[in-house]
Amino acid sequence: MAYDLKLRVWRGDIEGGELTDYTVEVSEGEVVLDALHRLQATQTGDLAIRWNCKAGKCGSCSAEINGRPRLLCMTRLSDFEPSETITVTPMRTFPVIRDLVTDVSFNYRKARELPYAELGPRDADGKRRMAQVDVERGQEFRKCIECFLCQDVCHVVRDHEDNKQHFAGPRFFIRYAELDMHPLDTHDRRALAQGAAGLGMCNITKCCTEVCPEGIRITDNAIIPMKERVVDRKYDPLVWLGNKIGMRNKDNEGRTEV
Amino acid sequence: MATTDHGVTSPTRARIDARTLRQDRWWLSPLTTFVVFSAFVVYATVRAFMGRDYYATPYLSPFYSPCLGDCVEGASDFGQPFAWWPLSAALIILIFPLGFRMTCYYYRKAYYRAFWLSPPACGVAEPHGSYSGETRFPLILQNVHRWFWYAAVLVGLVLTFDTVLAFRPMPAEYAVGDGETSGIHMGLGTLLMIANITFIWLYTLSCHSCRHLVGGRLRHFSKHPVRYRLWTWASRLNESHGKWAWYSLFSVAIVDLYVFLLATGTIQDVRFF
Repeated sequence: MAYDLKLRVWRGDIEGGELTDYTVEVSEGEVVLDALHRLQATQTGDLAIRWNCKAGKCGSCSAEINGRPRLLCMTRLSDFEPSETITVTPMRTFPVIRDLVTDVSFNYRKARELPYAELGPRDADGKRRMAQVDVERGQEFRKCIECFLCQDVCHVVRDHEDNKQHFAGPRFFIRYAELDMHPLDTHDRRALAQGAAGLGMCNITKCCTEVCPEGIRITDNAIIPMKERVVDRKYDPLVWLGNKIGMRNKDNEGRTEV
Repeated sequence: MATTDHGVTSPTRARIDARTLRQDRWWLSPLTTFVVFSAFVVYATVRAFMGRDYYATPYLSPFYSPCLGDCVEGASDFGQPFAWWPLSAALIILIFPLGFRMTCYYYRKAYYRAFWLSPPACGVAEPHGSYSGETRFPLILQNVHRWFWYAAVLVGLVLTFDTVLAFRPMPAEYAVGDGETSGIHMGLGTLLMIANITFIWLYTLSCHSCRHLVGGRLRHFSKHPVRYRLWTWASRLNESHGKWAWYSLFSVAIVDLYVFLLATGTIQDVRFF
């Protein structure tokens, strides 16, 4: 059943902008991105939106709907009352380019600062082997579609522009965790995570987990385990004592600090 | 519109005046946390400094267990090594459960949001001009959480012992009928203590540090099958860590209140046998 939806969309660029009201006809079963596309097709041909797959897998259409970071293509209109005005703005953590499109290159810079896996030598037959149970642990983190909603909602950079320099953000903490749990990687990233990536800036208020469209338990399964690994390295006198008297955790052998 | 050099009103961001455009009742959750935690802190502080009405045979308040100071007769099952301590015996021991909860990953989330508004809710701008997280003193001390976890396990064992003692026969003066003083006893207090110790253990064993120590720190689960199994159990409990934190907070206060009401003679123990 079609009805008229009241949309309030932020229009503008880096020089300035404002929330503009529109009314657009929508149908049952549609998502917010459908409404914006119809708006673009019928009333505002110059409305800028970044989108791609319309299936919640490409991570392109990240925006904020009624103040909450969400994917435009995965937010159903049926989640709202038909009489409700839906407000759509660009992600408020990144520099705006135009309308709903932001410059997310901050995330690409942070990705480049993260050393990739350095695998050890191959087995005698030229193969590398990992046990299934060890591989499975990191699979949750591989679900990340890089929509950067977690980076957008994280108050460390959202509310403090100056922290962007020293803070990698939740998306990259899951990458740190994934690599640190990698059974074959030879890098030890704990010092890097604490130092350059600013893991200690995170105060685990879990907004990243709340907004993740893939349901990755970013805080519980990546950030807190990484924080605990940093504690192992630096703040646990038992580990320190164990190292001093030669009782090393063999699981850490063969790793070098980066 | 005015821009600032930080936050959602920085010059490069989309210019929107509002701190948040959220229309739901985002303030309800931090407000509830603020009210309940504050009420608990006030209640626990009053009870901890009281130094009396913490023991009513056979129940010992969890705030005073183990009772290591100059405690009333029957309350000190582990001796009185701090008998010289001039203040309430609760103050000797409470630092451990208090430290455990203050540095707990769940409670940190809850109080950073509710008390420090950092942030008050997701997508709601925080009021502070600068932010350094847990990188500096005193918040860098949050890293000692696992040490409080070790202590919390010991406290949990003591509280388990107290719960077993809550089945003790009542002394003769409490007898209400023939044979009441022999065999085991069970009252409403015993049930409350069983519920309390259950929640305390669920909270303690679902701790993120526990999960890390039993197996999470490993890089090769395949080489440590027993620890992997322990880690999967801790992980399952860990999913509800916040829930256990709340339940155990209530249960510990309720047991203490019950003992207080018994000790002051306000109520009589509801006895089942």
